[in-house]
Amino acid sequence: MLQNKIQDVFNEPGCSKNQSKSDKERKKGCTKALQPGGAAGGCAFDGAKIALQPITDVAHLVHGPIACEGNSWDNRGSKSSGSQLYRTGFTTDINELDVVYGGEKHLFKSIKEVIDKYDPPAVFVYQTCVPAMIGDDIEAVCKAASQKFAKPIIPVNAPGFVGAKNLGNKLAGEALLDYVIGTEEPEYSTPYDINIIGEYNLSGELWQVKPLLDHLGIRVTCCISGDAKYHDVAQSHRARANMMVCSKSMINIARKMEERYQIPFFEGSFYGISDTTESLREITRLLIQQGAPAELHDRTEALIAQEEARAWQRIAEYTHRLRGKRVLLFTGGVKSWSVVSALQEGGMEVVGTSVKKSTKEDKEKIKEIMGQDAHMIDDLTPREMYKMFQEARADVLLSGGRSQFAALKNKMPWVDINQERHHAYNGYEGMVNLVKQIDLALYNPMWPLLRKPAPWDMREAQT
Amino acid sequence: MSTVIQSRKACTVNPLKMSQPIGGALAFMGIADCMPMLHGSQGCTAFGLVLFQRHFNEGIPMQTTAMSEVATVMGGLDNIGSAILNIQQRTKPAIIGICSTGVTETKGDDVDGYLKNFRATHPELDRLALVYVSTPDFKDAFQDGWAKAVESMVKGLAEPSSARREGSVNFLVGSHLTAADIEELREISESFGLEATILPDISGSMDGHIPDDFTPNTLGGTPVEAIRRMGEAELTIALGEQMRPGAEALMAKTGQPYVLFDRITGIEATDQLLDCLSQLSGQPVPGKYRRQRSQVIDAMLDSHFFFGGKKIAIGAEPDLLWNIGSWFSEMGAIITAAVTTTHSPLLEQMPCEEVLIGDLEDLEARSAGCDLLITHSHGRQAAARLNIAFLRMGLPIFDQLGAAHRLSLGYRGARDLTFEIGNLLMAQEEENRPDSWPLPTEDHDAHAPFAFG
Ligand code: SF4
Repeated sequence: MLQNKIQDVFNEPGCSKNQSKSDKERKKGCTKALQPGGAAGGCAFDGAKIALQPITDVAHLVHGPIACEGNSWDNRGSKSSGSQLYRTGFTTDINELDVVYGGEKHLFKSIKEVIDKYDPPAVFVYQTCVPAMIGDDIEAVCKAASQKFAKPIIPVNAPGFVGAKNLGNKLAGEALLDYVIGTEEPEYSTPYDINIIGEYNLSGELWQVKPLLDHLGIRVTCCISGDAKYHDVAQSHRARANMMVCSKSMINIARKMEERYQIPFFEGSFYGISDTTESLREITRLLIQQGAPAELHDRTEALIAQEEARAWQRIAEYTHRLRGKRVLLFTGGVKSWSVVSALQEGGMEVVGTSVKKSTKEDKEKIKEIMGQDAHMIDDLTPREMYKMFQEARADVLLSGGRSQFAALKNKMPWVDINQERHHAYNGYEGMVNLVKQIDLALYNPMWPLLRKPAPWDMREAQT
Repeated sequence: MSTVIQSRKACTVNPLKMSQPIGGALAFMGIADCMPMLHGSQGCTAFGLVLFQRHFNEGIPMQTTAMSEVATVMGGLDNIGSAILNIQQRTKPAIIGICSTGVTETKGDDVDGYLKNFRATHPELDRLALVYVSTPDFKDAFQDGWAKAVESMVKGLAEPSSARREGSVNFLVGSHLTAADIEELREISESFGLEATILPDISGSMDGHIPDDFTPNTLGGTPVEAIRRMGEAELTIALGEQMRPGAEALMAKTGQPYVLFDRITGIEATDQLLDCLSQLSGQPVPGKYRRQRSQVIDAMLDSHFFFGGKKIAIGAEPDLLWNIGSWFSEMGAIITAAVTTTHSPLLEQMPCEEVLIGDLEDLEARSAGCDLLITHSHGRQAAARLNIAFLRMGLPIFDQLGAAHRLSLGYRGARDLTFEIGNLLMAQEEENRPDSWPLPTEDHDAHAPFAFG
């Protein structure tokens, strides 16, 4: 069952990276064989949790030993405008006896307790490695529980060891497609309804874009899954258009919704000014194509003109300070071109960008923006990155938390642009904010103080 | 004296507990030039990495045998071998500390046997120390993993020796000590002229220093060579009940005596430690500690007003719970809720009515009406809902800075803690108001003496 699902998501025709592979390559899937003693990424369960946990009003119940939930709960930055239930950590915390006799009963009882105490609109049950090994059938348990408690109990079958985070994202998408999307009908719908897929509302960044859409009268019926509510997801199949954000992580949802419900989609991003503009145009174009009044076009253009000008004006205040500053951009490659163009908009020079997870198109785009000699880095070891900053070959590092020390320990500035960041960088507002954060990091007065040796070290160096 | 009960819920809600293998891995992070590794799927390591990185704000060395689904079925022993070779080639550590996980324990690989074989076929790796510890996720808790890793290190590395180096002392420290606690411990023992081996020593590796060059392994920590020579010390001092098995193992192997102090915070606990060191070294207690002792007394005098009768709720691993709970009760506060993660002989002696092995949902339910909630960062939601004062203690602390530098050991630790918590409690004191002392309505209404109009 699970193996079929995995093959199915590997065969994703919506994934351009996949389509450029031979049949044989495709069979192998996109998870590289991991090297024992040389791997560092999150597991499929982690990926599934990242993708679904932002659904705010449901209970997310992890079936497994304490490791999977106990070591990681309430640790991700998705924000909610309502329910906080998604931040509650539920786990079966299975013990030795479960491992010997099976954990299905334990899981069933846990579901009951969750419903009795918290009464959520639905429970998402996550499979992990150990129960998968001992043969606990979470799909069967969820089915029985759904019937018994008359409530959707959704199995998310992505045990960690089947692959990396990215696969987990997709399997999470499959769970929504199989069990949630299209299971309820909305009270009404309008020609201005869209879904945004693959946006997790980290640091509340969705709210940097929503006011733009609100202003145009465009209704985000559901964001999958940032700040989403269960019923919104269940009813999301009545939207007129889908926007697919953040590389390919949930492309299967967008593509299958097109197939099943004839909802056209486009891939876009809200990172950077030109991207935001482009995305707004695409949304409008699709909505009009689907029957929204054509006047939406003009209103969109007017808003874009106004907001772009306002953003530019604010960024211009920084450009003279940031011009020529050398940035190393290390994002794992997801849509890095979109950030590259944003940084260039701010006058900065990108001395290197990682393309580890980028698709061929992504790489082409980077070349287009940065010129033929764009410095694309396939994989930078921590040691090399450390050296780059030790030798001051870049002025600031933009990356996720894991590589922050390459810059910081060399007394060089770092700006967090990944999952657990504290700042929001979406839309026009977000880009102004990013430029501001880079400026704050670069011009903090403490840097020269830190870099100056202690007086005795200086004296000793002279003699 | 308390009754110890185990939560009977099927579903754990808001876990207090973290898993054994990462407790073991953290103990290995206190060894110099070490690469800790989980024998499991890569995700288990990734979660541990993120957790420690956010707690310590440091880059974390931690590897994985990267078990795939197929490998878990076929047995993953070969993964251990390739991982060791790979790590050796890339980062050349002095020691690799291997902790098993739920994934590999479900099948039950014979790792010890495999490593013996591996050793025989790889004589070129003779200088690389390998320590393995069995830490299934579905048993026990973080503190147990730490304790078992220390025990395994002692068993695997310490060498029997009849030589005794004068002025040399071992400390086996539990997972409840912070980097600052360990640093304080070293400073105290140095002031008696003693040479201390502290195992594990996260004060060197996780205290936030600026390295001169990039290192993928741990930087600072107990040198492997020092562990080998632990048998030569005059005495081993174990801090925390969890360190008893490690101390016993060391005694069994080297014939060396040990003493165990189950507390590190408070006036009496510090008196005992210093007195022990004074007798061992034959040196008087240095003047600075005599001054610090009177500072603690003064701090207690100044602040006991705010502790007396206050209701405290604590969620912590057994040794931390015991240490801090005993201290609160010495200060006149009342432990009204105590929740912990795993068994320990100390739990029954806790100065409260009941200790529950449970989760933060249990703690929250028992904390209503308390004056102060103490647990790790995951208590933040409960504290906000209950609207009570909240002190973060334990691991992880990911929403505050400087977790590694919080000191509670020694007189200085007790003094600072007394003030910090005293201030929290003082801020909770309610102002008196005109309606603060109403008469009980029932019986007074019944025979009101005057009735006007
Ligand atoms: S790899 Fe498996 S056992 Fe490890 S955290 Fe992920 S789901 Fe849990």
